[in-house]
Amino acid sequence: MAELNKIDEELLAQIADLHGMPRGAFNIRKDGQLVERSSSANIDIEAFTDKQGIKITVAPGTKGETVHIPVIMTKTGITDVVYNDFHIGEGADVTIVAGCGIHNSGDDATEHDGIHSFWLGKGSRVRYVEKHYGEGEGTGDRILNPTTNVYMGEDSFCEMEMTQLKGVSSTVRETNCELAEGAKLILTEKLLTHGKQTAVSNMDIRLKGEGSNVQVISRSVAQDDSYQVFNPLVVGEAACHGHVQCDAIIMGNAKVKAIPGIEAASEDAQLIHEAAIGKIAGDQIIKLMTLGMSEEEAEQEILNDFLS
Amino acid sequence: MLELKNIVFEVPVDEHSSKTKRIIDDLSLTIEDGKFTVITGPNGGGKSTLAKLIMGIEQPTSGTILFNGQDVTHASITERANLGIGYGFQQPARFKGMKVKKLLELAAGKRLPALQCNEYLSKVGLCSAAYLTREVDKSLSGGEVKRIEIATMLARDPKLAIYDEPEAGIDLWSFDRLTETFRDIHEARDDRSIVIISHQERIIQLADDIVCLRDGRIEDAGPRDEIMPKLGLTDRAQFGCTLTTPTELHLTKIPTTC
Repeated sequence: MAELNKIDEELLAQIADLHGMPRGAFNIRKDGQLVERSSSANIDIEAFTDKQGIKITVAPGTKGETVHIPVIMTKTGITDVVYNDFHIGEGADVTIVAGCGIHNSGDDATEHDGIHSFWLGKGSRVRYVEKHYGEGEGTGDRILNPTTNVYMGEDSFCEMEMTQLKGVSSTVRETNCELAEGAKLILTEKLLTHGKQTAVSNMDIRLKGEGSNVQVISRSVAQDDSYQVFNPLVVGEAACHGHVQCDAIIMGNAKVKAIPGIEAASEDAQLIHEAAIGKIAGDQIIKLMTLGMSEEEAEQEILNDFLS
Repeated sequence: MLELKNIVFEVPVDEHSSKTKRIIDDLSLTIEDGKFTVITGPNGGGKSTLAKLIMGIEQPTSGTILFNGQDVTHASITERANLGIGYGFQQPARFKGMKVKKLLELAAGKRLPALQCNEYLSKVGLCSAAYLTREVDKSLSGGEVKRIEIATMLARDPKLAIYDEPEAGIDLWSFDRLTETFRDIHEARDDRSIVIISHQERIIQLADDIVCLRDGRIEDAGPRDEIMPKLGLTDRAQFGCTLTTPTELHLTKIPTTC
């Protein structure tokens, strides 16, 4: 098992708000290796034998428990591909805290590709929080390419908050979801890019069951010379509701492309998309200046709230 | 005390033109401490521009602005705010992701207990505590956002508060509450000054002094008792100030770019 040093602890605090080992079920991974793992009475975590990663099984009816599965990368020039499968039992209600922090002090790229798959049992509820963060004095890229697959059973509920804080050189995010009858998904993605960073987010969300409902909220801030593409597709195959909302703030020479797509394959599918890209509105900055803030402070406050 | 001396504000007739149009025309005005002053007059008379010049949102072409004896003519908005000038916007900005409580705290410059926030909100007719956790975004109606704007001024408690048409966008029911609030602020003024740009008779009635602005000039100014009767002569407009169509009282649509 690997040890944690100060940099590791700071990364864990950034991405998972962790200070020391969490309680309950958790799995902490560093540079492709296990740091520590713990199961609880209701949540079992076991390693795959045929590939890198873990299978997390939440017993039916589990209430109010949290699972932490953060990953940190501190070596330059390594790529870590890991599979995390979550099986959520019927009627369970849990919070999952994931995230990846990279500290790259070298000149080679460090990459983490997490493939997270969720199977939500009937009537279960999951809150999933994921933060991505990069830092380090090296010139090596910090790359995060997550794939998230969510298979939602009947009347299940899932709220996903996926945030890229800063310092991630490039990311290609793939999110695929399928919703059965009565399932409800709220998917919030917040991305900050700066420097010459690039971010691509592809989503494919299929509303298969009657009464299924998805709300996709994308908030992004693109600064300097960075480039972002937001490309969600929501397909309604039954009497369902889908709402995609993309808001981007653009600064400097950054570029943002939003291609919100909706596809109705049922006459009772109700699908809406909205997209807006713009700079910080002058009246917002002026208002905060009339409250005594400098222009720079006002701008930072607006961005912090937008991505909060 | 606020002193405006020979303020001129000109703007180009159009974007590339060297010709200018004079919006404020050699205007001088003194607002004493502790006074409640209403600036009124026809649309396009320069009222909002004057308010923006006081806050520093616009810079005068010429003239001097003194606040408590200090020359603030070229001071930034931030500097003026920190000297104690506050501004309530006619069309308030919205902020995605910012909670109402946070905005009130930014206005107050400190953390506020929820009870205190609720007190500010109830003074502007927003009586549900649920507002504190709402975001100041498109989910709020125009009237709600306007009332929150006024609440930020209550939280800020500036020495000189300028309100640009506070009644615009406020429904009739809340309007009563709002006039009461302005009366309360005035009674508890403790040398603080209030300048309100308004067309509303009930707000004008609260004033100590009334200033009528037309074509960028002061057409008439003085104590309420002296000016009020002239305002009543709307139909015989060649004397005194003309009050044109009152501001609409239904909810206004406020454009948002973000």
